Amino acid sequence: MEIIAEYSTTFLILAGVFGLFMAWGIGANDVANAMATSVGSKALTIKQAIIVAAIFEFAGAVLAGGQVTKTIRKGIVDADIMSGSPDLLLYGMLASLLAAGLWLLIASRNGWPVSTTHSIVGAIVGFAMVGIGMEAVKWDKIGFIVASWVISPLMAGTMSFLIFRSVQKLILNRSEPLKQAKRYVPVYIFLTGFMISLVTMIKGLKHVGLEISTGESYIYATIAGLVIMGIGQYFISKIIIDPKADKNFHYTNVEKVFGVLMIVTACAMAFAHGSNDVANAIGPVAAVVGIVSSGGEIASKSTLPMWVLLLGGAGIVLGLMMYGRKVIATVGKQITELTPSRGFAAELAAATTVVVASGTGIPVSTTHVLVGAVLGVGLARGMAALNLGVIRNIFMSWIITLPAGAILSIIFFFMLKGIFGG
Amino acid sequence: MPKGGYMSGIFGSSPVDPMQEHMAKVYACASELVPLFNAVINEDWEIVEQTQQKISRLEEEADVLKKALRMNMPNGLFMPMSRQDLLEVLLSQDKIANKAKDIAGIILGRRMTLPEVVHVDYIRFIQRCVDACKQAKKAINELDELVETGFSGQEIKIVSAMITKLDEIESDTDNLQSAIRRKIFAIEKDLPPVDVMFLYKIIEETGDVADYSQRVGSRLQLMLAR
Repeated sequence: MEIIAEYSTTFLILAGVFGLFMAWGIGANDVANAMATSVGSKALTIKQAIIVAAIFEFAGAVLAGGQVTKTIRKGIVDADIMSGSPDLLLYGMLASLLAAGLWLLIASRNGWPVSTTHSIVGAIVGFAMVGIGMEAVKWDKIGFIVASWVISPLMAGTMSFLIFRSVQKLILNRSEPLKQAKRYVPVYIFLTGFMISLVTMIKGLKHVGLEISTGESYIYATIAGLVIMGIGQYFISKIIIDPKADKNFHYTNVEKVFGVLMIVTACAMAFAHGSNDVANAIGPVAAVVGIVSSGGEIASKSTLPMWVLLLGGAGIVLGLMMYGRKVIATVGKQITELTPSRGFAAELAAATTVVVASGTGIPVSTTHVLVGAVLGVGLARGMAALNLGVIRNIFMSWIITLPAGAILSIIFFFMLKGIFGG
Repeated sequence: MPKGGYMSGIFGSSPVDPMQEHMAKVYACASELVPLFNAVINEDWEIVEQTQQKISRLEEEADVLKKALRMNMPNGLFMPMSRQDLLEVLLSQDKIANKAKDIAGIILGRRMTLPEVVHVDYIRFIQRCVDACKQAKKAINELDELVETGFSGQEIKIVSAMITKLDEIESDTDNLQSAIRRKIFAIEKDLPPVDVMFLYKIIEETGDVADYSQRVGSRLQLMLAR
């Protein structure tokens, strides 16, 4: 206990710096996966993608990032067992942050498959298992999280399959697809706005100090959806239809209409990513702040300080500005086969899945979910060519990232313990 | 340098554009058969030679495209059409160009002439065979639209109609071919036997241009059915 009181400022600074580093890493690398789909399909320029990502990542983190943060903070390690030794939990959380951040840096530099969520969960489980004991890990909760890593891409895939099938039925397979697109694309825009705001309001806004009943949530979500739909409709009416462009490929103008929709789903995607992945950086920070501010007590009812969420949001935006541009450009160039009609289906499905997971407090991998969604569109015969080897990469990222995060965090844990004493 | 990880890895390179490019090249190659036979009838051997060289060059270019396309279609690629069907289409397209090259080669090598009784018929015949190839190209050009619509709906009807038309053209060429054969049969005793042999061979190979064009269409139809 004395250690915590003695070094309280040091711990807070360390947590802040490590958390910022991790959030920076997420912004620099991970966000690219969420945004590159929009850049690749030319719905957004790189500059627009950066702006959209900065705004909506931040909004997602602050407005809907609370639940996952709570899970990372106290859902994995059993607080009751730790109540006698808060310093160990503190070292562990710092070690996890450092381990996951470093691993992200190493892996993304080498182009290895990497997931921020898997890194941080692996790191926390690692230090808890070895540094404290097997009983310190809430294995039932971990089982639930791991199951969600399998289920969430499947869910997104199923959803994107159905969304794309509906696009085929309502628009693409009709004799006048352009007319149909102008009619139905606003409906999809409404759906996107409605879904995201509904889940956010029902699940996420309590910590911002807003108490909204479920009934009110539906009303507000409908209003939000309608407003976004109105904006979308305005931009659709602004599209210049060029009949000549349809000569070689008859769907050029139809895709232009989908382009508007994809801007909306890109925002949703950035929001969803912010709501889920920022917690990987600030969950441990929140834990450290909680312990230090209560003077060593592991209070399970302590609320999440707003500045921690802001720190996470700022870190992501910083990483995005400094480094993300390059990564988005690189990935975007490689994803030219994705047209807006498919990109939106994948993004809508992925964003919805991730936001629901965020609302429930489950840390999932946004990238894996997006890959699942793209495969779903492929299963609906929507993609010209998909490399199934990617699924192997996902499994690889499990096999590599989980132990890598764990081993690194164990090393850092014992280092911190040695430095500060325990 | 950070790479995109699996988000970019998931998108394979689409075989559709290269496929259409290959077919365009094949058509350019086959369509040279019309000027070739015109020159044969006029016995203008300089033009025959030039055209033969042009056909041969186009066939080689198509071959390069074919090889690149095959290299880009690894086994793990997940596509809305079967890989097998796609490779069969490619093979048929390739055969069209091969036949054109064969015909031009034999004609130039043997300085073949056509009996006067079939001059008019033969030009109609070769024109129709090239028409079949053009129709096949038209159908293959719908491949990107088929992928866009996910192989369903209105687009299926459009492509099916094109394939039906292709079948009609091919059956036209069959009729023209047997008419030519009949006319040659009537006079074959008066012609040098070896020449007659090669004449029949050329007729058959010309017909093959339409046959393989039709085969492109029927493979495409299989893709629609799945």
